[in-house]
Parts: sequence; C-alpha cells; structure tokens
Amino acid sequence: MSILLKVENLSRSFGGIHANSDISFDVKEGEILGVIGPNGAGKSTLFDLITGFTKSDRGQVILRDKNITNIRPDLICRMGVGRTFQKLKPFADQTLLENVIVGALVNEKNLKVARDKALEIIDFVDLIEKRHHYAKELSTGQRKRLELARALATDPKLLLMDEVTGGVDQRTIPGLVELVLKLKKNGITVVTIEHNMKIIMDISDRILALNQGKRIAFDIPKNISQNSQVIDAYLGTVDAA
Amino acid sequence: MINNISAKLLEAKNEPLWYFNKNSLIIIGVIVLSLLLFPFASPSKFAIHLMMMIFMHAVMAQSWNVLAGFSGQISLGHAIFYGIGAYATAYFYVKLHITPWIGILIGIGISGFVAMLIGIPILRLKGHYFAIATLLIGISFQVVFQRWPEVGSSSGLWIPINRDSPWTSMQFHKSKVAYYYISLIFFIGTFFLVWLLNRSKLGYRLRAIRDQSDAASSLGIHVSKYKIIAFVISAMIMAPMGSIYAQYVLIVDPNNAFNVDISILVLLISVMGGVGNIWGPIIGAVILIPISEFSRIYFGGTGHSIDLIVYGVLIIIICIFRPAGIVSLIPRSFREREKAK
Repeated sequence: MSILLKVENLSRSFGGIHANSDISFDVKEGEILGVIGPNGAGKSTLFDLITGFTKSDRGQVILRDKNITNIRPDLICRMGVGRTFQKLKPFADQTLLENVIVGALVNEKNLKVARDKALEIIDFVDLIEKRHHYAKELSTGQRKRLELARALATDPKLLLMDEVTGGVDQRTIPGLVELVLKLKKNGITVVTIEHNMKIIMDISDRILALNQGKRIAFDIPKNISQNSQVIDAYLGTVDAA
Repeated sequence: MINNISAKLLEAKNEPLWYFNKNSLIIIGVIVLSLLLFPFASPSKFAIHLMMMIFMHAVMAQSWNVLAGFSGQISLGHAIFYGIGAYATAYFYVKLHITPWIGILIGIGISGFVAMLIGIPILRLKGHYFAIATLLIGISFQVVFQRWPEVGSSSGLWIPINRDSPWTSMQFHKSKVAYYYISLIFFIGTFFLVWLLNRSKLGYRLRAIRDQSDAASSLGIHVSKYKIIAFVISAMIMAPMGSIYAQYVLIVDPNNAFNVDISILVLLISVMGGVGNIWGPIIGAVILIPISEFSRIYFGGTGHSIDLIVYGVLIIIICIFRPAGIVSLIPRSFREREKAK
C-alpha cells in the first residue's frame, strides 16, 4: 500500500503548552488508522493542524507528494481531505439533505446532480427517511452520520473522523462502527480518533498513541495493547488500578 | 460507493429539486396584482407615499437580510450604500447631466465596489467586531461627505427641478404614481432576486457560512470570499433605494443620506419580520413603516420619536416571544423552504 499522508515533526504550542510536539506518522492508502490518547493528549489539535484549522509552528504535512502544511482548510478539502468534528457542527437550521448538498457542491457544478449525489450518500449512511428533517431535529447519533455524509459528499481520499462514537448511546455504536468499516470497503482511507478501546482495537490497521502532545507509540493494535507507555498513559498501570 | 439502489433512494431522486406551495403562489399572485392595480383605486397621495415607503424599506431590509440572514454578518453601517446610491444619481445629474436612470446603475456599481473595498479587511472580523467596524465606517462616510466641497459639503446637492422631461430626469411633479411603480418594480425585482439567491449554489454556501463557518470551510467553501460576495450583493441592492429617494425629495445631504438611523431601521425591520427568511423584511416593513409614517402625521415633524418608542417595545416583545420574527407565526407549509415530509 502506498503512503497517502505523511506527517513529519508536526508541532504546535499554545503559550507554554505543547499541544503537539514533533509528531510524525504516515497513513497508508486504504487503511484505518486509529488515534488514541487521554484527554488533552493533542488528538484534535493534530486533526486541526492537518486540515489547516490551526497553523503549525514547525513540521510538515504531505498529502501524496504535495506539501499541504498551513494551507487554508477549504483548499485542503478540495485536495481530498474530509473531516468531522469532535463537537458537532451541523448546519442546524437546514435540512439533512441541504447539509449534504453543501458538501456535494465541492465537485458538482449542477445543483440537481449535487442533490442526487447527496441523496445517494444519505442513503449510504442509512438516513434517507430523515432527509427533509432539520439538522437540529436529529439525534446525536444521526447528527454524527450527517457530518460523515457531509464529509463524504466532498469525495475525500482521506477522511479524518473525530470521535465518531463519542456521546452516542450504546445501541447506536455498532451501526456507526459498521459504517466506518463500510468506508474502508469502499476504498476510503480513514484516520479516526476514538476513546472506546475495544472499537479502536477491532477496526484499526494501525494505531497512533499520543500523550501530552507527544507520540508515544505507532504500531499495529496487538503491539499497542502491550506497549508499556500506552498502558501507563492511557489504560492505567496495574499499581494504579 | 453505491452498489444497491434502494426503492426509497429512487423515490427521493424523483422528487423535484424545489417544492412550490400552490397556496403561497396564489397568495403572491393576488398580492402582486393588487399592488399593480392599487393606484387605479384613486388612493390618497399619502397612501401612495406610504406604500412607496413600505416597498423601499422592504428592499433595504432585504438587502441587510442578504448579509445578516444568509451569511451571518450583522452590519450597522448599511446607510453607506443608501448614501452612495443617493449621491451617485444626484451628482451625475447635477454636475454631468447624466439621467438618473444611468445614475442608479452607477450607484449600484460604486456601492458594490466600495463594499468590496470595505469588505476585504473587515469581513475577517467576527460578530460584534464586524458590527462595530461597519458602524464606524458608516459614520466616517457621513463625516467625509460633510467636508467634501465637490458634493456640496454639509448642504449636500440640490437637484434642479425639471418639468420638461419627467422620464429623462426621473422627476414626476404631478403625481407620485410613477415613483410608486418604480419602487414597486424594485420591490418585486429584489424579492425575485433574493428568492433565486436562496435557491442557488451561492445560497447554500452562504447559509452554511452563517450556521457554521468552520464546517463550511471544511467543505471546501472559501469563507472570506463568499462573505465579500454577500456584502457586495447586499450593497448593490441597497444603493437604488438611495437613488430613488434622492429623486423623490430632490435633495441629498450627508446628514440624511448617511444617517445611522437608516442602518438601524433596516436592522429592526428585518429582526421584527424574521432574519434569514425572504418574507421577514417584507412583513417587518409592512408593520413598522406605517407606525413611523402615522406617528409623523399625528405628532408632527419627526413624530416626536414616538415611532422609535413603539419600535423598541415591539422588538422587545418579538425578542422574548418570537425570536425568529413574526414570520415564524406563519404556518411552515406556507413558507418557502418547506419540503414535503
């Protein structure tokens, strides 16, 4: 598998706090890369740096052979990087369909074509019956699917998902996990932040573990679960338990 | 991505892109016809004047609504573009003898250009900062025109009366009916333009920016560029109202043309009617403008500002009980963006 995204020594500080320090990793085409770490580890900042929402202090982000470091978010989207947000950002006063059409308009010039494409994606995320509902009327799980559908409508090669199962009820989680696996099956490369260790171990090809803004491990799930630094930082030590 | 096309998807794809509510179309048709025939019912001069003011203020509020309602930027300086429109027709007619009809187009062009120049730096500001910046720039325009001899400084420009060629000079001294139809055409034209905008790709993008600018940015929308586009369109809608009013009263001065009251009034009309809704500015103008005009008649002069007290009370009531404006009282099925459920 070829490398789709390469992150080299990416760093960002806010005042004296090092949100990301020399983070390096790569993402192979077609894989699911899990990103884990306790609260404040710098996971969402990493997504913001990759997608241009936050400017990096140093380091670079390479998408295929293109340096996309500190480029505007809209341009990064147009280069094939889609994302969802930890704190959901639906267009609340618009319908689900209208939300997704906005994403589809990135590559479609014709509104009718964009609408049909949006409908296909809404069907893909199993919300076709809710298409005319306002975003504010949807449940948290449905809004997660909305955000996913909206990002998918931009035809991303790489999709960054920030806590796709966060804040949803237990019954909704299997459907969302199935959706992530469906994305992989459709050839979309996924980088996902996740707190649910069982899920991340099950779905990820590789895992990047962060703690206090630093990379502490980058390996396959089996090795991550046995990594002492990860256990210390994220899962807790035997002593602490 | 899609392997199996479900029956529900097929059904959804067969739906029309836009739904037109027959009842609302009939109501719009009847209203437009009534407005066209209104002058034939021998109304008083005041009634014609009142209707004109409603049309003009609805257009101005619609202009503000394009910026605030569609792209989420609150402007407190929209009088800038009203003033530019007024001065453009007056200046080019007085100094260069160019017919006001061309002057209106020049005013639209200058307003759009000025909006772009102002917009590039200040549309980077968010929320209150943008509002304060527009307020101060609006006041600056008033001060500059008060001190600019070429446009008559504080006295402004007096448009010479021309009784020989009313259509060329856009001066109608025998009756206000011509002004009524001119403002009606702009009223209907603006409504149609904003209706189209609302359904266009640009409309989708502007609403996305209004609701969540970060999310819009993550979906490939260049937020600053589209905010500037909204600002320019908004300014270009506002300018002709200044031009028409200048031709109506035949005098343009900086205290009236760039008056901050105009900026506040268009905001109040939109908020009262419903921001972000195409009907909002019309409903707001229909309610607020008669209050203003009748208070002038009954209390004399500027109405002892009674209208402002009434506005204030009404806005407080609206903000408490109907924050989405009076338009929210209308059943959803009559409103424009309702889809079949």
